Amino acid sequence: MAHLYELTAIELARMLRKKETSSVQITESLLNRIDSVEPNIRAYVDVTRETALEMASEADRRLASGDVRPLTGIPILIKNNMCFRGHRTTCGSRILANFVPPYDATVVTRIKEEGMVILGTANMDEFAMGSSTETSYWGPTRNPWNLDTTPGGSSGGSAAAVAACIATVSLGSDTGGSIRLPASFCGVVGMKPTYGSVSRYGLVAYASSLDQIGPFARDTADLALLLNLICGHDPKDSTSVPRPHPDFTTYLDKPVAGMTLGVPTEFFSKLENPDVSKACAEARSIFERLGVKFTELSLPHLDYGIAAYYIIAPSEASSNLARYDGVKYGHRAEKFDSMIDMYCQTRAEGFGAEVKRRIMLGTYALSSGYYDAYYLKAAKVRTLITNDFKTAFRTCDAIFCPTAPSPPFRIGEKIDDPIQMYLTDVFTIPVNMAGLPGISVPAGLSGDRLPVGFQLVAPHFEEARLVQLAAAFQKETDHHLQRPSL
Amino acid sequence: MSHDRPFRFSFESLSMKITSDQVDYVAHLGRLALEPEEKIKYQGQLDDILKYMDMLAEVPTDDVEPMAGPVQMYTPLREDEVNTSLPIEEALSNAPARTGTSFRVPKVIE
Repeated sequence: MAHLYELTAIELARMLRKKETSSVQITESLLNRIDSVEPNIRAYVDVTRETALEMASEADRRLASGDVRPLTGIPILIKNNMCFRGHRTTCGSRILANFVPPYDATVVTRIKEEGMVILGTANMDEFAMGSSTETSYWGPTRNPWNLDTTPGGSSGGSAAAVAACIATVSLGSDTGGSIRLPASFCGVVGMKPTYGSVSRYGLVAYASSLDQIGPFARDTADLALLLNLICGHDPKDSTSVPRPHPDFTTYLDKPVAGMTLGVPTEFFSKLENPDVSKACAEARSIFERLGVKFTELSLPHLDYGIAAYYIIAPSEASSNLARYDGVKYGHRAEKFDSMIDMYCQTRAEGFGAEVKRRIMLGTYALSSGYYDAYYLKAAKVRTLITNDFKTAFRTCDAIFCPTAPSPPFRIGEKIDDPIQMYLTDVFTIPVNMAGLPGISVPAGLSGDRLPVGFQLVAPHFEEARLVQLAAAFQKETDHHLQRPSL
Repeated sequence: MSHDRPFRFSFESLSMKITSDQVDYVAHLGRLALEPEEKIKYQGQLDDILKYMDMLAEVPTDDVEPMAGPVQMYTPLREDEVNTSLPIEEALSNAPARTGTSFRVPKVIE
């Protein structure tokens, strides 16, 4: 019989309703699994064991009293950039290493109201700046499929934990691919919803016009349930869109015959990796068997996405991260000779290399004399990229492309070469620039038995379409059922 | 350390997109104290990145509106109602240094 830690949220919820198990038993199963597997993977910043068991007991009380919601009693892991009252929210940074938020992020409030069990906080690239989870102050997370490779980033801990069955589901955040890339690298499903559909209140800001919280799961049904929970308007986030969302689970069994997927020629002409090409070709043929039509289309400004992103995101970051001054919270240097020097020393000690690099880059791009050439130019290119997608969606229901240009790369391989690291996000960044929803779906394993994913991108607020397509694909394939041996 | 004239000419600027003086200036604006070896590393890496970004110059954008964010921004209004705010003790709970009910900082005005 399968262990409780291996089961999906839907399977566990069914057992809880039939009283075949309890939330405490499920949570203990996960905690035991964490004890045996986590030391090799390091997906967690903190395992909040006592809180988890308390939440599980409370969930069991609710289950006994009939006060049950779809995910009551189900364990979840949250990325360590979401404020979790009473538990340190470090953002993978020394500067927040001891920051204990006095309030909950809205997604955490929703998780608590649902009666889910928070197992702990997930490791991440420092301030979500990275594509490999190597820039964390707490050290790198390892890919459960091969401990010498990265899980992708920046939500590497959230993805690796779901893949390794040390979390049932998890939340991450995605600014340029930080959910979809690790989902692809770890062989799980991960979605970045439309900008504005999930509250960012209590999410530590990196680049505010791009950041979006989203779910990870082992299959699309679990993902749909979690999406139901986190989507929705929040008056505390002024960019949250007041718009009702459908019950995403009603899209799990809808046929996809007659739908059209757009294939951007620019994406596939850039693709050099044979494993990714092969996985995408096989996925395409499965969709075709389901009656999905494919049409070629053009996103002519794809090539400029990374250049524009690495101006816009660091510019916003340089402004957002100005708050880390050693005054109200976070690390403060011990030695300094003036107020300004306190800021400079505090930030020098508190931030890691990639964060400093992006603050420098963003400060430069916004500085007098360079604003027009860099920030303004990038903001205009962003409009062009968005218009490309608008044009594309006239001829298709969703866009089909790779998630990443390669299977997982080795730890250390790209850490000293920023541009090579940045290019990892070539297929995911344009989606954030336009604020669109995107999902990464497991598409099989490479020759080296490393996961490969494909990405689907839909028009604004059409997450349900992504759920529909991904669920139809997973009914025909068993890629999402493959587990790493640990 | 003076940052009054950050962008003065140097021969270095003929080949590098960013001079060492500009690295100093930007680090100061970003309130980052950098070690000498960090400055050299960042100068090279920022130079590579800025050269990569040169490709944006080939995109015609004269008639293109800049885009600040993906959603139509508006200012949501609400009734001016009194709500509970964070208690002082909780607001100060993460302070690196405090005095009474205040955050304590080094002397700013002599």
